[in-house]
Amino acid sequence: MSTRSSISAAMLASAVATAMSSLAIAAPLSEAEVKAAMDAGKEKCYGVALKGQNDCAAGPGTTCQATSTVDYQGNAWKFVDGGTCTTMELPGGRKGSPEPLSRDIPS
Amino acid sequence: MPEVASHTDRAQQGTLRFPAHPIDGLAGTSFKHQHLPSILADEERRGGFFEVHAENYMGAGGPPHAALTRIREDYPVSLHGVCMSIGGPQPLDKDHLGRFAALVQRYEPALVSEHLAWSTHDTTYYNDLLPLPYTEASLRRVAEHIDEVQEAIGRPLLLENPSTYVVFKESTMSETAFIREIVKRTGCGLLLDINNVFVSATNQGFSALDYLSDYPLGRVAEIHLAGHAEQEDDEGDLLLIDSHDGPVADAVWKLFDIVIGWRGPVPTLIEWDSAIPEWSVLKREARAAQTILDRHAAVPRQEKLHACG
Amino acid sequence: MHAAKGRPSEAAERPGYPERFVPALLDPGRPTPALVAGPNGKAADKRFNVYRNNVTVSLIEALAAAFPATMRITGEAFFRAMARFHIRETPPTSPLPFEYGRDFPDFIERYEYAQSMPWLADVARIERAWLDAYHAADAAVLPPHALASVRPADLAGIIFEPHPATRIIRSAYPAVTVFSANRGDGPVGRIEVAAAESALITRPALEVEVRSLQPGSDVFLSSLLGGEPFGNAAVTGKTCCPEFDLAAAVAVTLEAGAFAAIRHGG
Repeated sequence: MSTRSSISAAMLASAVATAMSSLAIAAPLSEAEVKAAMDAGKEKCYGVALKGQNDCAAGPGTTCQATSTVDYQGNAWKFVDGGTCTTMELPGGRKGSPEPLSRDIPS
Repeated sequence: MPEVASHTDRAQQGTLRFPAHPIDGLAGTSFKHQHLPSILADEERRGGFFEVHAENYMGAGGPPHAALTRIREDYPVSLHGVCMSIGGPQPLDKDHLGRFAALVQRYEPALVSEHLAWSTHDTTYYNDLLPLPYTEASLRRVAEHIDEVQEAIGRPLLLENPSTYVVFKESTMSETAFIREIVKRTGCGLLLDINNVFVSATNQGFSALDYLSDYPLGRVAEIHLAGHAEQEDDEGDLLLIDSHDGPVADAVWKLFDIVIGWRGPVPTLIEWDSAIPEWSVLKREARAAQTILDRHAAVPRQEKLHACG
Repeated sequence: MHAAKGRPSEAAERPGYPERFVPALLDPGRPTPALVAGPNGKAADKRFNVYRNNVTVSLIEALAAAFPATMRITGEAFFRAMARFHIRETPPTSPLPFEYGRDFPDFIERYEYAQSMPWLADVARIERAWLDAYHAADAAVLPPHALASVRPADLAGIIFEPHPATRIIRSAYPAVTVFSANRGDGPVGRIEVAAAESALITRPALEVEVRSLQPGSDVFLSSLLGGEPFGNAAVTGKTCCPEFDLAAAVAVTLEAGAFAAIRHGG
């Protein structure tokens, strides 16, 4: 169990003190400040103008998007160039580029 | 007949956390978060209301609730459920109903609505408003479900007519007859989607005006207007899709004008859920609706009732 | 067993239209259900296809909305095809839009055509965690001074209560770097990081924050999130990774707002 006690109270306290001094501590916004910021129209404060929210679009009346895009069929898989994976290079041979395949998958 | 969509009871009980903004005779818009900065920055801040899809606010917290809370402070809000599956034969999801009721409690919306449609079968959720046959058996189920929802939320629910693309061979009554009977059995109110009427009428080959004449307009407490898209059916005839992705069609504006002439002003929503434009575009559509509402508000009540009868 | 209001038993009378309607919804190979028709003797194939299309497209759109970086990496056509396979294999079971896609990262990991992007599933896991953080319950974060005011002798026993939004995604790939490069609209070029990265996802106020954690910090934080006292978590971090910097780990934790409160352990 020697490793379990290898960090002393003094070391913990020192780490906390170091952490505190390294933080440029910004106090959290008060409720009034948040409201004022929102009224000022700062998108950041809503966190709502971001990608990835995944709203229920039109709801099941989601009937929506459906119109312009007809996309219910397709058992065919087709790679179409366009993602960043074709341009993005990762070190270590992990260059992300899916093989341009085009064939049908039996349903 | 009880007043549908009344907000005054709770106000009198002193339980309000939000101002009781009146919604009568107002035109409103779908509330999209990306518009919030523009809405708050809008100097005019005149009237209007916002409608939200209930399901988007069923998370525990975060930006959706912050945004809706902010809007609710300044505007009347309409809570529009899209996933209750009222039109399905299986029992309602009790958890979902609980979440819906909690939102009604929390935000004190001026209007609360759901769809005459279903979206869940067994445990699978299909994320669309699916149609149902109009039979005595389905009528009984829908009525039971509406009773259950109204019990849970403690107020009348507004039921929205669907846009449909197919008919059920087993149907024994018209949609309007079905809806009239639902209203009679449950005392619910109605959300009349005039675009849906136009879409269904075109798709099913009936007259939208006949439908509206047969519709219990006296129970309508909200109207929806939206854009639709055009496709073709198997015979190459026009098939309209309820797409909510563009401006309201001229024919739908005309029907709206007629309905308001018969019924008098009713809170009216511009529904725009896809390919969402800038706030100014949405606002302009709402202003067009408001103009029609205001014009008919000036007409003496007597005349309207006469036209209705 | 009384039948309320004379209601007939559930099984006896339940209309069966959904059973006959749904099988063809997610399977384009099946014919249009016989229970529907067009008006006045018209065909119903294209009409029924509207529902098929609505279901599939709206769910693809739901995944596209929740996994924007993943889609940017693969390109839209690749993503939509991958999403469509997933939807047919695992349609949603919750009506809540933000609940869908929990199984999508695992699907991506197995997906034949994504094998050349082994980090893609982890990017998707970060995006899924991002969405959970976005909708998590609101709570104030631990004020940094709370920790400073604990007596040194008591520090080892302190228990940290997680903030509801906090998530950690551990990856064997530079998943955070790839995520960050692709989540926005800016150009993505060469990525200089090859090392494994773990993501710390928090939402101290209304904005979700994603940080890369140093080696050892992820183990340390996971340990704290699991309810281990401060002293034990520090030892766990040190044991796992010799280069573990406890002070830096504490600083990141406080800055990110990963915790809501501290209490003295028993």
